[in-house]
Amino acid sequence: MPTVLKKGIRNILSASKERGWVLEPEAKRLFSLAGLDIPRYSWAKAAEEAVQFAQEIGYPVVVKVVSPRVVHKSDRDGVAVDIKGDGEVTETFIRFSRIEGFVGVLVEEMIPGLELLVGAKIDYHFGPVILLGMGGTGVEIYRDISLRMAPLQERDVESMVRDLKASRLLEGYRGSEPINRSELTRLLLTFSGLVVEMEELIESIDLNPVICSSTRCIVADARIMLKG
Amino acid sequence: MSLGRLFKPKTLAVIGVSLSNDRHPANVIYNKNSLRFQAEVYPVNKRGGILQGERVYPRISDIPQKVELAVIAVRAEVVPSIMAECIEAGVGGAVVISGGFAETGRKDLQDRVVSMARKADFPFIGPNCLGIYSPPYMDTFFLPSERMVRPERGRVALVSQSGGILVDQMTKFAEEGVGLSLAVSIGNKAQIRELDLLRYFAHDPSTEVIAFYVEGFEKNEGREFVLAAGQCPKSVIVLKSGKTPGGGKAVSSHTASMAGDYEVFSAALSQHGVVEAIDEFELVSFCEALSCYDQSIEGRVGIITVSGGHGALAVDACSAHGLSVPTLSEGLQAEIRKQVSPRVRDIASYSNPIDLTGSAVDDDFIAAATFLSSREEVDCVLILLLPYTPGITSDLGARLSQIYRQEGKPLIAYVPHVEKYRIFIEGFELNRIPVAHSIEGAVHMAEAMKRCQPC
Repeated sequence: MPTVLKKGIRNILSASKERGWVLEPEAKRLFSLAGLDIPRYSWAKAAEEAVQFAQEIGYPVVVKVVSPRVVHKSDRDGVAVDIKGDGEVTETFIRFSRIEGFVGVLVEEMIPGLELLVGAKIDYHFGPVILLGMGGTGVEIYRDISLRMAPLQERDVESMVRDLKASRLLEGYRGSEPINRSELTRLLLTFSGLVVEMEELIESIDLNPVICSSTRCIVADARIMLKG
Repeated sequence: MSLGRLFKPKTLAVIGVSLSNDRHPANVIYNKNSLRFQAEVYPVNKRGGILQGERVYPRISDIPQKVELAVIAVRAEVVPSIMAECIEAGVGGAVVISGGFAETGRKDLQDRVVSMARKADFPFIGPNCLGIYSPPYMDTFFLPSERMVRPERGRVALVSQSGGILVDQMTKFAEEGVGLSLAVSIGNKAQIRELDLLRYFAHDPSTEVIAFYVEGFEKNEGREFVLAAGQCPKSVIVLKSGKTPGGGKAVSSHTASMAGDYEVFSAALSQHGVVEAIDEFELVSFCEALSCYDQSIEGRVGIITVSGGHGALAVDACSAHGLSVPTLSEGLQAEIRKQVSPRVRDIASYSNPIDLTGSAVDDDFIAAATFLSSREEVDCVLILLLPYTPGITSDLGARLSQIYRQEGKPLIAYVPHVEKYRIFIEGFELNRIPVAHSIEGAVHMAEAMKRCQPC
């Protein structure tokens, strides 16, 4: 990874150190700097800005709360998907503005695809490990995951996918198109390399969901927990 | 740090023998070594004197020969000064049996011993351990030989943090006919740890399989261990306790919550082709299978039985353990049919499991096993043998082992383990075919060969 990017990443991490975790827009910027694909997004601090950006990228859009007090947005009703018009954007903005610590909303393009969870943890005994699982809000119910020590090799990625109970969903199940495996591999290898480089600074990361379609794998939400 | 002298010493000093209490651990160790092992053994007690007609040396430096291994069984407080004397006298290494260190809150005392040993490049096992069982050279376990169940010499090295588990596993090895090259109880593993022993046994010519019972690792030690084990050309098996989550620890990410200590441990092992044994039964089965076969399989199992019920249970066990039992084509079935004896030809079934029926004779087993061993459809053959069927003789194990040596396809036998059938079992085991005493155990053995490759 070029040093320039490294510095940008380092800045984001050190700016978030006191909070203990990285706000979603900043986390997305970090992964984008590292070369991962992210949705088009804007951090809007006023309702008009939110509407303007939604019009720019076209409906439907996703609107999410940005708050240094909210780590799990869904638990606080801070995520609205499939927003179809200006009025709905404004309404959502107003509703979210009542959430504790509100500092704006994230407006982003809504991308169809299969939701995966890609994660990392710095394990006390085994160092950096990478997780691949089925994503969404039910992840801890289904617990369909596979784990490997980082850095990953290409063959690790293949076996991680094979290990998932839901692996057939990734291969195209009942008429749905298979996800782009080379994009998923690229994402996991890039992410694994980045995690190894950030080992001393982070505790764990959730990319949840990573949305995979037949063309792209996009980090649609990201949470980076920093080392205390 | 050379560990060779620790495991195969020519001279041994037992420090801390009692002149009045013959049940003292040091006395038990001295007695068994002087009566039954090759190493020259010297008793040491600071008061000197005579023990069973032999001179007791007051200090290790009084021993007229260079001592390769010192067994230290004195009170914890005295261990540092005794170890200093050993280092001074040029002893090759030590086993510290004594307890009373980190396990009782005296980490400071343990750290003193470690830093002294490290400075002097002096290897030691323990403290708070049984030490080393290394026939025919020596045995530092303070258990009377007549109370121990001793497995035969063989190819498996066992390393355990717990002495009790180690002795239990040795008992199971003996019961199941698994041969042992060396056993080491490492106790508090203050200096020599799993990784050091992995590296030593990787080069030990008498060891083919290295098995560990682990309770915990230090920071990043798990990573170093699996990376080294993955590089090791020998099979490495690990049983770990403490699989249940610590409970209640608040974690703020899904990943941290789902990638718990045990999940990570298990995944890291299989990623690097280290075989995880889930419990002690698997540990013994895995050791037996991998000490016979150092090869991996995909897990397409052919089953030969004389009882439909045994065949059906074996199929269930295979599928529960991620192994497949491929159905043989009509063409293949017809070919096997031609090769079995007329007495079973019309009553046997051939689809896999191949059920030869209770009328089968040795030649029918040989025909079916030879056939399956030559076919790509299966990569491992289970033989479910019921020695009470009248057509079978005790020659079968030896004859089947010839098939393995010709075809190279692993064979695993199930024979009920009762004394009555010992001659059947030995027919397999003495010819290096592993024998399980349950159907499930036989399937475990096949599973071991599947797990010993990186996933």
